[in-house]
Amino acid sequence: MLVLALDTATPTLVVGLARWSPDGGTEVLAERAVESGNRHAELLTPAVREVLAEAGAAMADLDAVVTGLGPGPYTGLRVGIVTAAAFGDARGLPVHGVCSLDAIGSGARSVVTDARRKEVHWATYDGTGQRLTGPGVDRPEDAPVGDPVVGDVRFAERLGRTVTAADVTTAGLVRAAVPLLGRPPVPLEPLYLRRPDAVPSVTRKAVSQ
Amino acid sequence: MAEQPLVLGFETSCDETGIGLVRGQTLLSDALATSMAEHERFGGVIPEIASRAHLEAMVPTVRRALADAGVTATDVDAVAVTAGPGLTGALLVGVAAAKAYALALDVPLYGVNHLAAHVAVDELEHGRLAEPSIAMLVSGGHSSLLLVPDLAQDVQELGRTIDDAAGEAFDKVARVLGLPFPGGPPIDRAAAEGDAAAIRFPRGLTGPRDAVYDFSFSGLKTAVARWVEARERAGEPVPVADVSASFQEAVVDVLTAKAVRACRDHGVDHLVIGGGVAANSRLRALAQERCDAAGIVLRVPSRRLCTDNGAMVAALGSRLVEAGVAPSAPDLGADSSLPIEVVSR
Ligand SMILES: [Zn+2]
Repeated sequence: MLVLALDTATPTLVVGLARWSPDGGTEVLAERAVESGNRHAELLTPAVREVLAEAGAAMADLDAVVTGLGPGPYTGLRVGIVTAAAFGDARGLPVHGVCSLDAIGSGARSVVTDARRKEVHWATYDGTGQRLTGPGVDRPEDAPVGDPVVGDVRFAERLGRTVTAADVTTAGLVRAAVPLLGRPPVPLEPLYLRRPDAVPSVTRKAVSQ
Repeated sequence: MAEQPLVLGFETSCDETGIGLVRGQTLLSDALATSMAEHERFGGVIPEIASRAHLEAMVPTVRRALADAGVTATDVDAVAVTAGPGLTGALLVGVAAAKAYALALDVPLYGVNHLAAHVAVDELEHGRLAEPSIAMLVSGGHSSLLLVPDLAQDVQELGRTIDDAAGEAFDKVARVLGLPFPGGPPIDRAAAEGDAAAIRFPRGLTGPRDAVYDFSFSGLKTAVARWVEARERAGEPVPVADVSASFQEAVVDVLTAKAVRACRDHGVDHLVIGGGVAANSRLRALAQERCDAAGIVLRVPSRRLCTDNGAMVAALGSRLVEAGVAPSAPDLGADSSLPIEVVSR
Protein backbone atom coordinates (compact mmCIF):
# COMPACT_ATOMS: atom_id res chain seq x y z
CA MET A 1 0.00 0.00 0.00
CA LEU A 2 1.14 3.51 -0.86
CA VAL A 3 1.35 5.71 2.24
CA LEU A 4 1.82 9.47 2.40
CA ALA A 5 3.38 10.38 5.75
CA LEU A 6 3.78 13.89 7.15
CA ASP A 7 4.70 15.60 10.39
CA THR A 8 4.87 19.22 11.56
CA ALA A 9 5.49 18.72 15.27
CA THR A 10 9.08 19.99 15.18
CA PRO A 11 10.83 22.86 13.34
CA THR A 12 11.68 20.36 10.57
CA LEU A 13 8.62 19.50 8.55
CA VAL A 14 8.74 16.01 7.09
CA VAL A 15 6.84 14.62 4.13
CA GLY A 16 7.45 11.22 2.59
CA LEU A 17 5.91 8.65 0.33
CA ALA A 18 6.43 5.00 1.25
CA ARG A 19 5.32 1.63 -0.04
CA TRP A 20 4.41 -0.69 2.80
CA SER A 21 3.29 -4.28 2.88
CA PRO A 22 2.92 -6.68 5.82
CA ASP A 23 5.62 -8.99 4.49
CA GLY A 24 7.78 -6.60 2.45
CA GLY A 25 8.11 -3.93 5.09
CA THR A 26 8.62 -0.27 4.30
CA GLU A 27 10.29 1.23 1.25
CA VAL A 28 10.60 5.02 1.28
CA LEU A 29 10.14 6.24 -2.31
CA ALA A 30 10.68 9.96 -1.76
CA GLU A 31 11.13 12.24 1.22
CA ARG A 32 11.53 15.92 2.07
CA ALA A 33 12.75 17.26 5.40
CA VAL A 34 12.45 21.04 5.36
CA GLU A 35 13.85 23.30 8.08
CA SER A 36 10.74 25.39 8.02
CA GLY A 37 10.63 26.92 11.50
CA ASN A 38 7.32 28.74 11.71
CA ARG A 39 6.53 28.33 8.02
CA HIS A 40 4.93 24.88 8.02
CA ALA A 41 1.70 26.18 6.49
CA GLU A 42 3.54 27.78 3.61
CA LEU A 43 5.88 24.91 2.84
CA LEU A 44 3.92 21.73 3.58
CA THR A 45 1.79 21.38 0.44
CA PRO A 46 4.69 22.36 -1.88
CA ALA A 47 6.73 19.60 -0.21
CA VAL A 48 3.88 17.13 -0.78
CA ARG A 49 3.79 18.08 -4.47
CA GLU A 50 7.55 17.55 -4.76
CA VAL A 51 7.46 14.18 -3.07
CA LEU A 52 4.63 12.94 -5.28
CA ALA A 53 6.36 14.25 -8.41
CA GLU A 54 9.68 12.67 -7.49
CA ALA A 55 8.02 9.30 -6.96
CA GLY A 56 5.94 9.68 -10.12
CA ALA A 57 2.77 9.26 -8.06
CA ALA A 58 -0.52 11.14 -7.91
CA MET A 59 -2.92 11.79 -5.07
CA ALA A 60 -5.21 9.22 -6.65
CA ASP A 61 -2.57 6.51 -6.11
CA LEU A 62 -2.49 6.89 -2.32
CA ASP A 63 -3.96 4.22 -0.05
CA ALA A 64 -3.49 5.90 3.33
CA VAL A 65 -2.19 9.03 5.04
CA VAL A 66 -0.14 8.99 8.25
CA THR A 67 0.35 12.12 10.33
CA GLY A 68 2.24 12.97 13.47
CA LEU A 69 -0.09 14.09 16.28
CA GLY A 70 2.66 15.79 18.26
CA PRO A 71 3.48 16.70 20.89
CA GLY A 72 4.83 19.91 19.40
CA PRO A 73 4.21 23.65 19.19
CA TYR A 74 0.49 23.94 18.58
CA THR A 75 0.22 26.21 15.60
CA GLY A 76 2.60 24.19 13.46
CA LEU A 77 1.22 20.91 14.74
CA ARG A 78 -2.32 21.80 13.65
CA VAL A 79 -1.09 22.60 10.14
CA GLY A 80 0.05 19.03 9.62
CA ILE A 81 -2.97 17.39 11.22
CA VAL A 82 -5.54 19.47 9.35
CA THR A 83 -3.65 18.91 6.11
CA ALA A 84 -3.71 15.15 6.59
CA ALA A 85 -7.37 15.25 7.59
CA ALA A 86 -8.24 17.30 4.50
CA PHE A 87 -6.34 14.95 2.18
CA GLY A 88 -8.22 12.04 3.72
CA ASP A 89 -11.58 13.72 3.40
CA ALA A 90 -11.04 14.98 -0.13
CA ARG A 91 -9.77 11.65 -1.48
CA GLY A 92 -11.71 9.26 0.75
CA LEU A 93 -8.51 7.94 2.35
CA PRO A 94 -7.97 6.59 5.86
CA VAL A 95 -5.81 8.91 7.98
CA HIS A 96 -3.85 7.46 10.89
CA GLY A 97 -2.28 9.54 13.63
CA VAL A 98 0.87 8.56 15.52
CA CYS A 99 2.89 10.10 18.32
CA SER A 100 5.55 12.20 16.57
CA LEU A 101 8.22 11.22 19.11
CA ASP A 102 7.77 7.56 18.09
CA ALA A 103 9.10 8.55 14.66
CA ILE A 104 12.42 9.93 15.96
CA GLY A 105 15.35 7.48 16.24
CA SER A 106 14.92 3.75 16.81
CA GLY A 107 15.49 1.03 19.38
CA ALA A 108 16.12 1.65 23.09
CA ARG A 109 16.33 5.42 23.57
CA SER A 110 14.89 8.54 25.07
CA VAL A 111 13.60 11.24 22.74
CA VAL A 112 13.50 14.98 23.51
CA THR A 113 12.11 17.77 21.37
CA ASP A 114 11.52 21.48 21.91
CA ALA A 115 8.27 22.22 23.74
CA ARG A 116 8.96 26.00 23.89
CA ARG A 117 8.81 27.89 27.20
CA LYS A 118 12.17 26.29 28.07
CA GLU A 119 10.56 22.84 28.33
CA VAL A 120 10.97 19.59 26.42
CA HIS A 121 8.62 16.99 25.09
CA TRP A 122 10.00 13.57 26.00
CA ALA A 123 9.34 9.84 25.72
CA THR A 124 11.32 6.66 26.41
CA TYR A 125 11.48 3.41 24.41
CA ASP A 126 12.61 -0.16 25.01
CA GLY A 127 14.90 -2.25 22.80
CA THR A 128 12.06 -3.26 20.50
CA GLY A 129 11.11 0.38 20.00
CA GLN A 130 7.98 0.16 22.17
CA ARG A 131 7.21 3.36 24.03
CA LEU A 132 7.68 2.81 27.79
CA THR A 133 6.85 6.27 29.18
CA GLY A 134 5.60 9.57 27.82
CA PRO A 135 4.91 11.55 25.87
CA GLY A 136 5.33 14.17 28.54
CA VAL A 137 6.29 17.81 28.86
CA ASP A 138 8.73 19.01 31.53
CA ARG A 139 11.68 21.22 32.25
CA PRO A 140 14.72 19.35 30.91
CA GLU A 141 16.07 19.02 34.48
CA ASP A 142 12.89 17.16 35.45
CA ALA A 143 12.40 15.03 32.32
CA PRO A 144 12.71 11.33 33.31
CA VAL A 145 14.96 10.31 30.44
CA GLY A 146 17.93 7.92 30.24
CA ASP A 147 20.82 7.34 27.82
CA PRO A 148 20.99 7.21 24.92
CA VAL A 149 19.06 10.41 24.22
CA VAL A 150 18.18 11.49 20.69
CA GLY A 151 16.35 14.51 19.32
CA ASP A 152 17.01 18.21 19.83
CA VAL A 153 20.66 18.67 20.75
CA ARG A 154 20.09 22.15 22.17
CA PHE A 155 18.88 20.58 25.40
CA ALA A 156 22.02 18.52 26.08
CA GLU A 157 23.40 20.93 28.66
CA ARG A 158 20.22 21.26 30.67
CA LEU A 159 19.64 17.50 30.48
CA GLY A 160 23.23 16.88 31.57
CA ARG A 161 23.47 14.18 28.89
CA THR A 162 24.78 13.68 25.41
CA VAL A 163 22.01 14.15 22.84
CA THR A 164 22.40 12.73 19.35
CA ALA A 165 20.67 14.83 16.71
CA ALA A 166 17.64 13.09 15.21
CA ASP A 167 14.49 14.20 13.40
CA VAL A 168 11.14 12.72 12.54
CA THR A 169 11.51 10.47 9.48
CA THR A 170 9.10 8.99 6.98
CA ALA A 171 10.28 5.50 7.91
CA GLY A 172 9.70 6.32 11.57
CA LEU A 173 6.18 7.59 10.94
CA VAL A 174 5.25 4.51 8.90
CA ARG A 175 6.84 2.20 11.49
CA ALA A 176 4.78 3.83 14.24
CA ALA A 177 1.65 3.47 12.11
CA VAL A 178 2.08 -0.21 11.20
CA PRO A 179 -0.30 -1.47 13.90
CA LEU A 180 -2.92 0.94 12.52
CA LEU A 181 -2.55 0.47 8.75
CA GLY A 182 -5.44 -1.39 7.20
CA ARG A 183 -7.63 -0.81 10.25
CA PRO A 184 -10.55 1.61 10.53
CA PRO A 185 -9.05 5.00 11.40
CA VAL A 186 -9.83 6.65 14.72
CA PRO A 187 -10.35 10.43 15.14
CA LEU A 188 -7.15 12.48 15.08
CA GLU A 189 -6.50 13.88 18.56
CA PRO A 190 -3.53 16.28 18.76
CA LEU A 191 -1.19 15.57 21.67
CA TYR A 192 -1.28 19.07 23.15
CA LEU A 193 -0.22 17.98 26.68
CA ARG A 194 -0.97 21.47 28.03
CA ARG A 195 -4.25 23.27 28.56
CA PRO A 196 -4.80 26.45 26.55
CA ASP A 197 -3.65 29.68 28.18
CA ALA A 198 -6.84 31.55 28.92
CA VAL A 199 -5.69 35.06 28.19
CA PRO A 200 -8.41 36.70 26.12
CA SER A 201 -7.44 38.61 23.05
CA VAL A 202 -8.53 42.17 23.77
CA THR A 203 -11.27 42.21 21.20
CA ARG A 204 -13.99 39.82 20.25
CA LYS A 205 -12.75 39.72 16.67
CA ALA A 206 -9.11 40.19 17.31
CA VAL A 207 -8.30 41.45 13.86
CA SER A 208 -5.68 44.08 14.51
CA GLN A 209 -7.51 47.17 13.41
CA MET B 1 -23.87 28.26 -21.46
CA ALA B 2 -21.45 26.25 -19.37
CA GLU B 3 -22.22 26.02 -15.69
CA GLN B 4 -20.48 28.61 -13.55
CA PRO B 5 -17.60 27.43 -11.37
CA LEU B 6 -18.31 25.92 -7.95
CA VAL B 7 -16.18 27.61 -5.28
CA LEU B 8 -15.54 26.24 -1.79
CA GLY B 9 -14.72 28.96 0.78
CA PHE B 10 -12.90 28.64 4.13
CA GLU B 11 -13.12 31.24 6.91
CA THR B 12 -11.21 30.82 10.20
CA SER B 13 -9.94 34.31 11.04
CA CYS B 14 -11.46 34.40 14.52
CA ASP B 15 -13.83 32.10 16.40
CA GLU B 16 -16.12 30.86 13.63
CA THR B 17 -15.23 27.95 11.38
CA GLY B 18 -17.17 28.91 8.26
CA ILE B 19 -17.35 26.78 5.12
CA GLY B 20 -19.45 27.99 2.20
CA LEU B 21 -20.23 26.92 -1.33
CA VAL B 22 -21.06 29.36 -4.09
CA ARG B 23 -21.73 28.81 -7.78
CA GLY B 24 -21.23 32.05 -9.66
CA GLN B 25 -23.12 34.50 -7.45
CA THR B 26 -25.51 31.88 -6.14
CA LEU B 27 -25.23 30.81 -2.50
CA LEU B 28 -25.50 27.03 -2.22
CA SER B 29 -24.54 26.44 1.40
CA ASP B 30 -23.06 28.13 4.42
CA ALA B 31 -22.00 25.81 7.24
CA LEU B 32 -20.80 27.30 10.50
CA ALA B 33 -19.26 25.99 13.70
CA THR B 34 -18.50 28.47 16.44
CA SER B 35 -16.47 28.28 19.62
CA MET B 36 -18.13 31.42 21.00
CA ALA B 37 -19.65 29.57 23.96
CA GLU B 38 -16.16 28.56 25.10
CA HIS B 39 -14.99 32.19 25.03
CA GLU B 40 -17.99 33.76 26.75
CA ARG B 41 -16.80 33.17 30.29
CA PHE B 42 -13.53 34.96 29.47
CA GLY B 43 -15.29 37.99 27.99
CA GLY B 44 -13.14 37.75 24.88
CA VAL B 45 -11.84 35.28 22.32
CA ILE B 46 -9.02 33.04 23.54
CA PRO B 47 -6.90 32.49 20.42
CA GLU B 48 -5.66 29.02 21.41
CA ILE B 49 -9.18 27.80 22.18
CA ALA B 50 -10.39 29.17 18.84
CA SER B 51 -7.56 27.43 16.96
CA ARG B 52 -8.20 24.09 18.66
CA ALA B 53 -11.88 24.38 17.81
CA HIS B 54 -11.13 25.15 14.15
CA LEU B 55 -9.11 21.96 13.83
CA GLU B 56 -11.87 19.86 15.40
CA ALA B 57 -14.61 21.44 13.34
CA MET B 58 -12.86 21.58 9.98
CA VAL B 59 -13.68 18.30 8.25
CA PRO B 60 -17.20 17.94 9.73
CA THR B 61 -18.04 21.50 8.66
CA VAL B 62 -16.73 20.92 5.13
CA ARG B 63 -18.84 17.77 4.92
CA ARG B 64 -21.91 19.63 6.13
CA ALA B 65 -21.40 22.40 3.56
CA LEU B 66 -21.07 19.85 0.75
CA ALA B 67 -24.11 17.88 1.92
CA ASP B 68 -26.23 21.02 2.31
CA ALA B 69 -25.33 22.07 -1.22
CA GLY B 70 -26.02 18.60 -2.60
CA VAL B 71 -22.58 18.33 -4.20
CA THR B 72 -19.47 16.25 -3.62
CA ALA B 73 -15.90 17.41 -3.12
CA THR B 74 -14.99 16.33 -6.64
CA ASP B 75 -17.49 18.84 -8.04
CA VAL B 76 -15.49 21.76 -6.59
CA ASP B 77 -13.79 23.94 -9.24
CA ALA B 78 -11.83 26.31 -6.98
CA VAL B 79 -11.00 26.84 -3.32
CA ALA B 80 -10.83 30.22 -1.55
CA VAL B 81 -9.60 30.91 1.97
CA THR B 82 -9.23 33.89 4.28
CA ALA B 83 -5.47 34.60 4.30
CA GLY B 84 -5.84 37.61 6.64
CA PRO B 85 -6.36 39.78 8.54
CA GLY B 86 -7.16 37.82 11.69
CA LEU B 87 -5.66 35.72 14.47
CA THR B 88 -2.57 34.00 13.07
CA GLY B 89 -3.07 30.61 14.68
CA ALA B 90 -6.72 30.54 13.68
CA LEU B 91 -6.04 31.68 10.12
CA LEU B 92 -3.39 28.99 9.65
CA VAL B 93 -5.82 26.14 10.30
CA GLY B 94 -8.03 27.38 7.49
CA VAL B 95 -5.15 28.15 5.14
CA ALA B 96 -3.59 24.71 5.66
CA ALA B 97 -6.93 22.95 5.19
CA ALA B 98 -7.79 24.94 2.06
CA LYS B 99 -4.37 24.28 0.55
CA ALA B 100 -4.77 20.56 1.20
CA TYR B 101 -8.26 20.39 -0.32
CA ALA B 102 -7.07 22.36 -3.35
CA LEU B 103 -4.11 20.04 -3.85
CA ALA B 104 -6.10 16.86 -3.29
CA LEU B 105 -8.88 18.01 -5.64
CA ASP B 106 -6.41 19.48 -8.15
CA VAL B 107 -8.14 22.86 -8.33
CA PRO B 108 -6.79 26.44 -8.02
CA LEU B 109 -6.51 28.12 -4.61
CA TYR B 110 -7.23 31.78 -3.82
CA GLY B 111 -6.02 33.33 -0.56
CA VAL B 112 -8.31 36.29 0.00
CA ASN B 113 -8.73 39.33 2.21
CA HIS B 114 -11.32 38.91 4.94
CA LEU B 115 -12.56 42.50 4.66
CA ALA B 116 -13.07 42.33 0.90
CA ALA B 117 -14.99 39.10 1.47
CA HIS B 118 -17.36 40.97 3.82
CA VAL B 119 -18.17 43.21 0.84
CA ALA B 120 -18.40 40.38 -1.69
CA VAL B 121 -20.98 38.45 0.31
CA ASP B 122 -23.60 41.08 -0.48
CA GLU B 123 -23.52 40.01 -4.14
CA LEU B 124 -25.06 36.68 -3.14
CA GLU B 125 -28.24 38.46 -2.08
CA HIS B 126 -28.33 41.69 -4.05
CA GLY B 127 -26.53 40.91 -7.28
CA ARG B 128 -23.50 42.51 -8.81
CA LEU B 129 -22.03 45.37 -6.82
CA ALA B 130 -22.10 48.80 -8.44
CA GLU B 131 -18.52 49.88 -9.04
CA PRO B 132 -17.36 52.09 -7.58
CA SER B 133 -19.15 51.58 -4.27
CA ILE B 134 -18.33 52.79 -0.79
CA ALA B 135 -18.16 49.96 1.76
CA MET B 136 -18.28 50.30 5.51
CA LEU B 137 -17.23 47.25 7.53
CA VAL B 138 -18.03 47.29 11.21
CA SER B 139 -17.50 44.39 13.58
CA GLY B 140 -15.78 43.48 16.81
CA GLY B 141 -12.47 43.52 14.96
CA HIS B 142 -12.82 46.00 12.13
CA SER B 143 -14.23 49.43 11.48
CA SER B 144 -13.21 50.47 7.99
CA LEU B 145 -14.44 52.75 5.30
CA LEU B 146 -13.47 51.58 1.83
CA LEU B 147 -13.67 52.82 -1.72
CA VAL B 148 -14.25 49.88 -4.05
CA PRO B 149 -13.56 50.65 -7.71
CA ASP B 150 -13.14 46.92 -8.53
CA LEU B 151 -13.86 44.30 -5.90
CA ALA B 152 -11.66 41.70 -7.62
CA GLN B 153 -8.51 43.80 -7.63
CA ASP B 154 -8.83 47.38 -6.46
CA VAL B 155 -10.05 48.19 -2.96
CA GLN B 156 -8.82 51.34 -1.24
CA GLU B 157 -8.98 52.25 2.41
CA LEU B 158 -10.41 55.69 3.15
CA GLY B 159 -10.40 55.39 6.92
CA ARG B 160 -10.45 53.06 9.88
CA THR B 161 -10.73 53.10 13.63
CA ILE B 162 -7.74 54.59 15.36
CA ASP B 163 -8.47 52.70 18.58
CA ASP B 164 -11.37 50.34 19.37
CA ALA B 165 -13.46 48.65 16.73
CA ALA B 166 -17.16 49.50 16.83
CA GLY B 167 -18.13 46.02 18.02
CA GLU B 168 -15.47 46.15 20.69
CA ALA B 169 -17.11 49.28 22.10
CA PHE B 170 -20.41 47.38 22.24
CA ASP B 171 -18.70 44.54 24.15
CA LYS B 172 -17.08 46.89 26.65
CA VAL B 173 -20.21 48.96 27.26
CA ALA B 174 -22.22 45.76 27.69
CA ARG B 175 -19.79 44.69 30.39
CA VAL B 176 -20.19 48.06 32.16
CA LEU B 177 -23.96 47.61 32.05
CA GLY B 178 -23.83 44.00 33.22
CA LEU B 179 -25.08 42.67 29.87
CA PRO B 180 -23.70 39.45 28.35
CA PHE B 181 -20.87 39.01 25.84
CA PRO B 182 -20.90 39.57 22.91
CA GLY B 183 -22.44 42.95 23.62
CA GLY B 184 -24.05 43.87 20.30
CA PRO B 185 -27.34 41.94 20.49
CA PRO B 186 -28.16 42.67 24.18
CA ILE B 187 -27.47 46.39 23.73
CA ASP B 188 -29.59 46.45 20.59
CA ARG B 189 -32.45 44.82 22.54
CA ALA B 190 -32.08 47.05 25.61
CA ALA B 191 -31.88 50.17 23.43
CA ALA B 192 -35.23 49.37 21.85
CA GLU B 193 -36.85 50.23 25.20
CA GLY B 194 -34.73 53.32 25.83
CA ASP B 195 -34.49 56.99 24.85
CA ALA B 196 -31.62 57.64 22.45
CA ALA B 197 -31.66 61.34 23.34
CA ALA B 198 -31.54 60.75 27.11
CA ILE B 199 -27.78 61.24 27.41
CA ARG B 200 -25.60 63.15 24.96
CA PHE B 201 -22.50 60.96 24.62
CA PRO B 202 -19.51 62.26 22.59
CA ARG B 203 -19.18 61.66 18.86
CA GLY B 204 -15.53 60.70 18.26
CA LEU B 205 -13.48 62.32 15.48
CA THR B 206 -16.25 64.60 14.25
CA GLY B 207 -14.54 67.93 14.91
CA PRO B 208 -13.61 70.23 12.02
CA ARG B 209 -9.94 69.31 12.16
CA ASP B 210 -10.42 65.54 12.69
CA ALA B 211 -9.70 62.91 10.03
CA VAL B 212 -12.97 62.79 8.13
CA TYR B 213 -13.07 59.04 7.47
CA ASP B 214 -11.38 57.66 10.57
CA PHE B 215 -13.27 56.41 13.61
CA SER B 216 -12.59 56.48 17.35
CA PHE B 217 -14.74 54.71 19.91
CA SER B 218 -12.42 54.61 22.89
CA GLY B 219 -13.48 58.03 24.23
CA LEU B 220 -17.14 57.12 23.90
CA LYS B 221 -16.65 53.88 25.78
CA THR B 222 -14.84 55.74 28.58
CA ALA B 223 -17.56 58.41 28.69
CA VAL B 224 -20.25 55.74 29.10
CA ALA B 225 -18.25 54.01 31.85
CA ARG B 226 -17.75 57.30 33.71
CA TRP B 227 -21.43 58.19 33.42
CA VAL B 228 -22.50 54.79 34.76
CA GLU B 229 -19.94 54.86 37.60
CA ALA B 230 -21.07 58.34 38.67
CA ARG B 231 -24.63 57.06 38.89
CA GLU B 232 -23.56 54.06 40.92
CA ARG B 233 -21.48 56.20 43.27
CA ALA B 234 -24.48 58.42 43.82
CA GLY B 235 -26.46 55.31 44.73
CA GLU B 236 -28.87 55.90 41.87
CA PRO B 237 -30.17 53.13 39.60
CA VAL B 238 -28.54 52.88 36.16
CA PRO B 239 -31.10 53.32 33.38
CA VAL B 240 -29.75 50.49 31.24
CA ALA B 241 -32.18 51.03 28.38
CA ASP B 242 -31.45 54.77 28.09
CA VAL B 243 -27.69 54.30 28.37
CA SER B 244 -27.81 51.54 25.74
CA ALA B 245 -29.91 53.63 23.37
CA SER B 246 -27.82 56.77 23.84
CA PHE B 247 -24.54 54.89 23.40
CA GLN B 248 -25.81 53.04 20.37
CA GLU B 249 -27.02 56.29 18.85
CA ALA B 250 -23.59 57.88 19.31
CA VAL B 251 -21.96 54.96 17.48
CA VAL B 252 -24.36 54.71 14.56
CA ASP B 253 -24.62 58.50 14.19
CA VAL B 254 -20.89 58.73 13.54
CA LEU B 255 -20.75 55.61 11.37
CA THR B 256 -23.58 56.60 9.07
CA ALA B 257 -22.54 60.26 8.85
CA LYS B 258 -19.03 59.32 7.79
CA ALA B 259 -20.23 56.71 5.31
CA VAL B 260 -22.60 59.14 3.64
CA ARG B 261 -19.90 61.80 3.64
CA ALA B 262 -17.52 59.36 1.90
CA CYS B 263 -20.14 58.65 -0.77
CA ARG B 264 -20.75 62.34 -1.36
CA ASP B 265 -17.06 63.30 -1.42
CA HIS B 266 -16.27 60.59 -3.97
CA GLY B 267 -19.37 61.03 -6.10
CA VAL B 268 -20.44 57.46 -5.32
CA ASP B 269 -24.12 56.61 -5.01
CA HIS B 270 -23.91 53.05 -3.64
CA LEU B 271 -23.08 52.11 -0.06
CA VAL B 272 -22.58 48.58 1.28
CA ILE B 273 -22.43 47.91 5.01
CA GLY B 274 -21.05 44.62 6.32
CA GLY B 275 -19.57 42.99 9.42
CA GLY B 276 -21.24 41.85 12.62
CA VAL B 277 -22.28 45.34 13.74
CA ALA B 278 -24.26 45.67 10.49
CA ALA B 279 -26.73 43.35 12.20
CA ASN B 280 -27.58 46.23 14.58
CA SER B 281 -31.14 47.35 13.95
CA ARG B 282 -30.53 51.05 14.67
CA LEU B 283 -27.53 51.14 12.33
CA ARG B 284 -29.61 49.62 9.55
CA ALA B 285 -32.49 52.05 10.15
CA LEU B 286 -30.42 55.23 10.40
CA ALA B 287 -28.24 54.27 7.42
CA GLN B 288 -31.39 53.73 5.37
CA GLU B 289 -32.82 57.07 6.44
CA ARG B 290 -29.67 59.01 5.64
CA CYS B 291 -29.02 57.20 2.36
CA ASP B 292 -32.58 57.88 1.24
CA ALA B 293 -32.14 61.56 2.03
CA ALA B 294 -28.85 61.69 0.13
CA GLY B 295 -29.99 59.69 -2.89
CA ILE B 296 -27.67 56.80 -2.11
CA VAL B 297 -28.60 53.18 -2.73
CA LEU B 298 -27.94 51.23 0.50
CA ARG B 299 -27.12 47.52 0.47
CA VAL B 300 -26.80 45.49 3.67
CA PRO B 301 -26.58 41.68 3.68
CA SER B 302 -29.05 39.75 5.79
CA ARG B 303 -27.94 39.40 9.41
CA ARG B 304 -26.77 35.83 8.91
CA LEU B 305 -24.30 36.90 6.22
CA CYS B 306 -23.07 40.03 8.04
CA THR B 307 -21.13 38.02 10.61
CA ASP B 308 -18.12 35.93 9.62
CA ASN B 309 -18.96 32.94 7.41
CA GLY B 310 -17.52 30.77 4.65
CA ALA B 311 -19.92 31.93 1.96
CA MET B 312 -18.37 35.39 1.93
CA VAL B 313 -14.97 33.89 1.17
CA ALA B 314 -16.44 31.69 -1.56
CA ALA B 315 -18.26 34.74 -2.98
CA LEU B 316 -15.02 36.69 -3.30
CA GLY B 317 -13.25 33.61 -4.68
CA SER B 318 -15.95 33.31 -7.30
CA ARG B 319 -15.42 36.96 -8.24
CA LEU B 320 -11.67 36.36 -8.62
CA VAL B 321 -12.19 33.30 -10.82
CA GLU B 322 -14.56 35.26 -13.02
CA ALA B 323 -12.16 38.21 -13.27
CA GLY B 324 -9.33 35.91 -14.30
CA VAL B 325 -7.16 36.89 -11.34
CA ALA B 326 -4.15 34.58 -10.90
CA PRO B 327 -4.49 31.96 -8.15
CA SER B 328 -2.25 32.09 -5.07
CA ALA B 329 1.28 30.75 -5.13
CA PRO B 330 1.84 27.26 -3.64
CA ASP B 331 3.61 28.79 -0.64
CA LEU B 332 0.58 30.81 0.44
CA GLY B 333 0.56 31.54 4.17
CA ALA B 334 -1.47 33.70 6.53
CA ASP B 335 -0.92 37.39 7.26
CA SER B 336 -2.55 38.56 10.49
CA SER B 337 -2.42 42.20 9.35
CA LEU B 338 -3.04 41.76 5.63
CA PRO B 339 -3.73 45.26 4.25
CA ILE B 340 -7.07 45.81 2.57
CA GLU B 341 -5.37 46.85 -0.67
CA VAL B 342 -4.35 43.19 -1.05
CA VAL B 343 -7.65 41.65 -2.17
CA SER B 344 -5.99 38.32 -2.93
CA ARG B 345 -2.45 37.07 -2.68
ZN1 LIG C 1 -15.16 39.83 9.93
